[in-house]
Amino acid sequence: MELYKCSLSELIKMLKENRVKLKDIHESISFRISNVDKRIKAFVSLNNNIKIDQLKTKDYIDDYLKGLPVAFKDNMSTEGIKTTCSSKMLKKYNPPYDATVVKKVKKSGGIILGKTNMDEYAMGSSTENSAFFPTVNPWGKNRVPGGSSGGSAAAVAAGMAPVALGSDTGGSIRQPASFCGVVGLKPTYGAVSRYGLVAFASSLDQIGPLAKKVDDIAIMMNVITGKDKNDSTSINNNYPDYTKYLKNDVKGMKIGIPNQYFEMEFDDQVRNSVISAVKKLEEAGAEVKKVDVTGAEYALAAYYIIATAEASSNLARYDGVRYGLRSDNVNNLRDMFSETRKEGFGEEVKRRIMLGTYVLSAGYYDDFYLKAQKVRTLIKNDFNKIFKEFDLMVSPTTPSTAFKLGEKRDPLEMYAADIFTVPVNIAGIPAISIPCGFDNKGLPIGFQIMGPHFKEEKIIQAAYTLEKILNLDIKYPELK
Amino acid sequence: MIDQKEVKYIANLASLKLSEDQVKKFSKQLSDILDYIEKLDELKTDNIRPTSYTVPVKNVLRDDVVKDSLDIKKVLKNAPERSNNQFRVPKIMDEEKK
Repeated sequence: MELYKCSLSELIKMLKENRVKLKDIHESISFRISNVDKRIKAFVSLNNNIKIDQLKTKDYIDDYLKGLPVAFKDNMSTEGIKTTCSSKMLKKYNPPYDATVVKKVKKSGGIILGKTNMDEYAMGSSTENSAFFPTVNPWGKNRVPGGSSGGSAAAVAAGMAPVALGSDTGGSIRQPASFCGVVGLKPTYGAVSRYGLVAFASSLDQIGPLAKKVDDIAIMMNVITGKDKNDSTSINNNYPDYTKYLKNDVKGMKIGIPNQYFEMEFDDQVRNSVISAVKKLEEAGAEVKKVDVTGAEYALAAYYIIATAEASSNLARYDGVRYGLRSDNVNNLRDMFSETRKEGFGEEVKRRIMLGTYVLSAGYYDDFYLKAQKVRTLIKNDFNKIFKEFDLMVSPTTPSTAFKLGEKRDPLEMYAADIFTVPVNIAGIPAISIPCGFDNKGLPIGFQIMGPHFKEEKIIQAAYTLEKILNLDIKYPELK
Repeated sequence: MIDQKEVKYIANLASLKLSEDQVKKFSKQLSDILDYIEKLDELKTDNIRPTSYTVPVKNVLRDDVVKDSLDIKKVLKNAPERSNNQFRVPKIMDEEKK
C-alpha cells in the first residue's frame, strides 16, 4: 500500500518495527500533495523547511510521534511560518511564537507539514469564506469540504496528511470531518490550551484532531491535552492515556437518542444511516433509549449572539497597527482603523462583527448577550442532567451530506448546517464525528457521539467500537 | 429590525467602513438573523444565572513577578510602521483639533 494512505497509528507501528523509513513516508506524502492539492487546495502554505533527504528514522524513534507530519489549521500560530486565518488582514503575518499545541506536537516529535485553508477567522461552514480560494471536497469536485476546518479535513481525506489539527467553535472540526469522511474530535472546553490560537469566540473555541481512524484521535489527544499557564481557561485534570480506551466494547453503555434532534427535518439518507449505526451499537450490547433535550434551535440562536459578540471584541485588535496590514488610504487614526478593516476583512467577518457589536451596544446587552448566557445555563444543565443517566448521546453530525460550492447564499441557511454541532460548544462538552456510511451520491455521512465534560475516553471507546462494527476501512476518493 | 441608519451607526462603532450596497444588504440580513434569535424569548430565563464559561474557572491569579516576554524585534517585525522599538501610527493630535 502507498504510504500516504496509512493512518498515523499504522505509520507509528511500521516505524517502530523498522519496516519503513521516515524519509519514505514524508516523500510519499509530499508526492501526494504535489499530485492532488492543485485540485483540492487544502493548504494555504507548506513548511518549506522540511529537508526530507535528511530525515532519519532513528533521530525520532524515541519520540511519541516519530517524526511524522502534522497539518495545522492556519489559525494556529507557527513561528516562522505565516499564520493567515485565510484572511487578507493576516496575509503577511508571521507569528513571533508557537501556539502551545504546536509546541506540544513538536516536542512529541511531530513535524509541521503545512497550514490548512479555512473560512476566514473560522467563520463559516464551507471554507468558501477563505479570502484566498475555496477548498474542494475530495469526494465530489463540486462539493464543499465543510468548514471552517475544511482544509484540515480535506487534507486528511485526500491522503495529504496522516493527521491534522483544527478548531471548533460551533462545529468547525466535526462538520468538515463529516463532509470529508474522516474522524474529528472536539475536546471538552479547557482540555486543550488555546494559547496561540487566533481567537474567534473565546468561550467556545477549542482545538482538536482530525484523522483517518479513531486510534489516531487517541494518540493526538495524548499529545495536546493539558493545563497551560498561558491559557487561564485551560483545566488541570488527570488526562488519561486515551489509547487505553481503544476497546471494542460498548456492553452496558447507556446511550441517549435526543428526541428533539431526530424530530427535525433533515436528509433521509443521513437519518437512515445514523439510525442503522445506532442499531448496531445496540446489537453490540449498548442500552439505547430516547431522551428529551432542549431543542437545538435554541442553542443555535444563543450561539449567534455569544459567538458574534465575542468575535466583535476579539477582532477589535485588527486596527492596522500590529498585524501586517495597514491601508494605504490613511490620513488620520480613525481612517487607519476603518480603512484597514474595510480592506482586510471579508463579508462574513464584517457581518458577524456587525451583529456582535449590535448585540453588545447600549440598551441591548440584557436582551441579547445576557439572555444568551442564561440560555447557555439551561442547555448546559440539560446536558448535565442527561449525562447523569446516560454515558453518551448520539445524533447525526450534520443535517445533510456535503452541499455544492456556491449553493448556500443566505447566511441563515448556512448557519443551519451547524444545528447538531452547536449545542455541544454551548455546553462545553466533548463530541466526535465518525463516518458511518455514504449517501447515494457517494458522499460520506457523519455520526456524532457526545459525552460529559472530560469524558473523551468514553467517546473514543464508543467510536472505536462503531468503527470496528461498521468495518470501516479507510476509504479513498478517486482523485485524478 | 435594523434599518440602514442603524447599520451605519453600528458600523461606526465597530470601525468598519461599509459600501452603500453592503449597508442595504446587512440591514436585511441582520434583521433576518435577529428574527431567528427571537426564538430565545420562548425560553423562560427569569431566575437563571448566566454562564460565561462552561467549566469551573474562577479568577486565575499569579504572582506579580517580571518574566521573560517575547523579543521586541520579533514582535515589531509585523508592524506596518515602527520606530525606536515602538509601533508607529498616524498623528493623533491633529485629529483632535478638528
